[in-house]
Amino acid sequence: MSVDRLTRHPILEVPVLREMVEFTFDGTPLSARPGEMISSALLANGIHVFGRHARDGAPQGIFCANGQCAQCLVTAGGRAVKACLTPVHAGMRVRSLAGYPKLEPDDEPVHVTPQVEQVETSVLVVGGGPAGLSAAVELATHGTKVVLCDDKPTLGGKLDLQTHNFFGSVEDCYAGRRGMEIGRLLEEQVRAHPSIDVWTNSPAVGVFQDGVVGVVKQGRFTVVKPQALLVATGAREKMLAFPGADLPGVYGGGAFQTLVNRDQVKPARRLLIVGGGNVGLIVAYQALQAGIDVVALVEIMPQVGGYKVHRDKIVRLGVPVYTSYTVLRAEGADRVERVIAARVDDRFRPIEGTEVAFAVDTVLIAVGLSPVNELFEEGQRLGMRVYSAGDAHEIAEASAAMFSGKIVARTILRDLGLSVEIPDAWRALGALLASHPGPVRGAYPPPSDLPVYPVIRCAQEIPCNPCTVVCPRDSIKIPEGNILGRPKLVGDCTGCLLCVAICPGLAITMVDRRYDRTGERVKVTVPWEMPEGFGAPGQLVPTTGAEGEPVGTAKVIRILSGKSLNHRRMMVLEVPRSDADLVAGVRIRETEPLTRAEGASLGTDAEAVICRCERVTKETIAAYIQRTGTRDLNAVKAALRTGMGPCGGKTCNDLTLRIFRELGVDPSAVTPPVHRPFTQEVPITAFLTVADDASGV
Amino acid sequence: MTHPEFDAIVIGAGSVGNPTACFLAWEGLRVLVLDELPSSGQGQNKAAIGGVRATHSDPAKIRLGQQSLEVFAGWKSATGIDIGWKKGGYCFPAFDEHVESTLQKLLPIQKSFHLNIDWVGVEGIRRVVTGINPEGLRGGTYSPDDGQVSPLRASESFTNEAVRHHAEYRYREPVTSLLMEDHAVIGVKTDRGEYRAPVVINAAGAHATRICQMAGLDIPVRPESHEAGISAPVQEFLAPLVVDLRPGPEGKTINFYFGQDSDGQVIFCYTPATPFSGENRTSTFEFMPIAAARLVNLIPRLRNLTIRRVWRGLYPMTPDGAPVVGKAPNVEGLLLGIGMCGQGFMLGPGVGKNLASLVLHGTPAMDPEVFDQLSPARDLYGGGKESLR
Repeated sequence: MSVDRLTRHPILEVPVLREMVEFTFDGTPLSARPGEMISSALLANGIHVFGRHARDGAPQGIFCANGQCAQCLVTAGGRAVKACLTPVHAGMRVRSLAGYPKLEPDDEPVHVTPQVEQVETSVLVVGGGPAGLSAAVELATHGTKVVLCDDKPTLGGKLDLQTHNFFGSVEDCYAGRRGMEIGRLLEEQVRAHPSIDVWTNSPAVGVFQDGVVGVVKQGRFTVVKPQALLVATGAREKMLAFPGADLPGVYGGGAFQTLVNRDQVKPARRLLIVGGGNVGLIVAYQALQAGIDVVALVEIMPQVGGYKVHRDKIVRLGVPVYTSYTVLRAEGADRVERVIAARVDDRFRPIEGTEVAFAVDTVLIAVGLSPVNELFEEGQRLGMRVYSAGDAHEIAEASAAMFSGKIVARTILRDLGLSVEIPDAWRALGALLASHPGPVRGAYPPPSDLPVYPVIRCAQEIPCNPCTVVCPRDSIKIPEGNILGRPKLVGDCTGCLLCVAICPGLAITMVDRRYDRTGERVKVTVPWEMPEGFGAPGQLVPTTGAEGEPVGTAKVIRILSGKSLNHRRMMVLEVPRSDADLVAGVRIRETEPLTRAEGASLGTDAEAVICRCERVTKETIAAYIQRTGTRDLNAVKAALRTGMGPCGGKTCNDLTLRIFRELGVDPSAVTPPVHRPFTQEVPITAFLTVADDASGV
Repeated sequence: MTHPEFDAIVIGAGSVGNPTACFLAWEGLRVLVLDELPSSGQGQNKAAIGGVRATHSDPAKIRLGQQSLEVFAGWKSATGIDIGWKKGGYCFPAFDEHVESTLQKLLPIQKSFHLNIDWVGVEGIRRVVTGINPEGLRGGTYSPDDGQVSPLRASESFTNEAVRHHAEYRYREPVTSLLMEDHAVIGVKTDRGEYRAPVVINAAGAHATRICQMAGLDIPVRPESHEAGISAPVQEFLAPLVVDLRPGPEGKTINFYFGQDSDGQVIFCYTPATPFSGENRTSTFEFMPIAAARLVNLIPRLRNLTIRRVWRGLYPMTPDGAPVVGKAPNVEGLLLGIGMCGQGFMLGPGVGKNLASLVLHGTPAMDPEVFDQLSPARDLYGGGKESLR
């Protein structure tokens, strides 16, 4: 059986696998890394179908990779468990789940009593990502007692998965450093504060009467009564509803990052990415870093919505970006085998005759995020002193989330009666960091009279400034005067490469005309973060321009790396003089021509599964809405069970609202669903204490 | 603006209002149903856990239960719609002498109404209630013809049937007053208009008192609340709905009941020792730990369960604990199907049958003498509470 794991990675440390543990899946012996989740162990062993749905036998596998859905359910140790949350241990017997799990006839009497630990604190911060960590530090710095809980074993939230360098400003939010490093830095600050009580592996699962928050603290139900509640629970990925979207192999870009960057498995060989926002573009790049081929990225809008630099990075490597394209359906028996897409017209309707096929095994959906704000809304309804920060408040970059955390922390301090200021500059910067990518104004042209100089291809208004900070000659300035503006070379250059090493957009190359006395050939240094093995010294490689257009061929002189270069590797190329300012990158994959989908038609999306937990299709929901004229999501739920499954409507609520919209109903006229505890399912043992020395729960 | 006339107006699209509207519409009456909420069954109905039984202790409730069971059990063959009917029976296990004698004493009256119920010994209970902890078990009653229904699906199906038979449902439209002529109700007024009908049925659940007051009646229906929860589904292992009448050792529960519904989910509830009065429907943090301990102490294998959701629903209580069903005293044209005391879902179709019969024939659908126990004209503060609630 194949073993689909990372063996090397240009950024991540890949530990050498010495001691593996043995476990079985449906009786087949397999091996796993000690402590890894069952889901990743199965994927590493090439197993993508974890079970069959009780209602219709549909194949089930990894979907959210985040403990929020229940599509990865398997049985282990006599009970149904989420494969993505349950670590493998030696000798574990894992079984696929066909239908409902059997309740083991475990009839030994046991004497149990209700378990509730009660904790009081000034502020409860839910979520240990960029917003929650920054807020906790800010609160604790002012002497406030904080409980910080997070559902994961480590702090950092999604920062942990970000192998790329961050945008923003160097002074305020660690711009230029990799997300995962920033996560570690924030974690250290939080851990260093004695007044922050950190609870990992502790999801907050509901808000109860009297403003009490339920947390499953390391498996034990604990209730916290805070003076203020800060919800910094981040975002969840939006989904698309197309036929086949429920097949194993279709999931979110964030789930993919978890599998690849955290668990270091290779869950895919050939990827199609849907959505050209920053998440989709970054994930494409990260897939290539992991040695997973990205066949294409499709985007329904005429332009990608993410940063131009992120787009340019991937097209230079040879990943085609098809704008004005949408996915019609995914096909395959038990896993994605082929995806049919089509061009759309100016009203986003697919155009007959433009159907194309992509032979891929995995489709990543990266069409936006929505705030995880159930606890916030419930807290508000109950009249609690409740706040939200980061993505739970407004979807934006992690740099903005850190800032949002700081600002909200100060607001909380003030509301708790402390006299602290919220500097106007903070609010201004917070707004800047959260701003959407601005217009593409074009890059400033490179100088013509310097022997060595950077070519800065930063053409769009985005909040970023590391190149201006890092230049030892102070030669890079932003004439516009704020971090949204575009950097320009205004002085001389020593060719130190620091700007090339730090630019988060990989948008700077270094040209050195002193390389060849004849002047025929020049040296161009490009940032290079792809796996080793491509571009050995002496090898001829195809070069690409700013937007991925072919330029020519270059000879690799060497690969640079080192701590002084921001831990970023660089490829030093010998290129013809005429290509000097044109070469922006190197192509590592051949772009496949678009393939017409023979015999395909536009078809319909009537059979798309909207509620994955209960297997409810779009046509069923649409028919119900039309027949009854209802304007209440709770009615749809009661009648069709949408949102009554384990995830509680996390995916289908949005999709159902979209159906209302398609039927001409203004979604604001639709009554939203009522939130009830628990936001995720909780093992009953969390609520119990064994009262005597019986067999234990 | 005056709307076209109806034959009957039902206030409240819930456990009582929906079956009532359905039965009236089936008879060809033009029915209007008004509810203040955005859709059907969104009040107390959806908070019910779905147990339905005829094994009560008061004759009128036994008859209502029998009539309801007839409707629920026959629904699929009557309409083709599956409302999650599971004929798994009800089981009341006894672990002490007090419970045993209470249950034993009820058997004769229950049997006099031809209820299929009997005392079952320890081994019998262990066969019926898979995995029950037998420590101290003395036997119990088992009534195999009782069962469970999905309150959501039932409400949806009653509504659907009513609409199919031309009932009109208007949501987000609270009744602001009753239209009166002399001492007769002749219609209702909402903030959107007036609707006239010779008969108005108050099935307003927790808000029934307000509607009565509009007709000058003082019938106290005060909401209390109970909490409930549901697990993730597991393969079917438990047939009956189990009622453990013992108070809990934690001192917070009077009794406790649960079952596995037709979707495989374990659904559970307890009666709190100190009633919560009022309309607060926010869950308490105590509920789940207390319920979990009672579940696992009674059936140890439930320790492998996963809990999905908890909620809290209203029990519209009357002073004597019995429903108020029938013609409003001293007011013509007003029928009441209120004060269900937390059993509106299981009794709703029976109440609906009788209200429909009163509308159509002027008489209830059961022995009038028995029906009279539910009379709105009775002394609501007299009489003792029934022994089996």
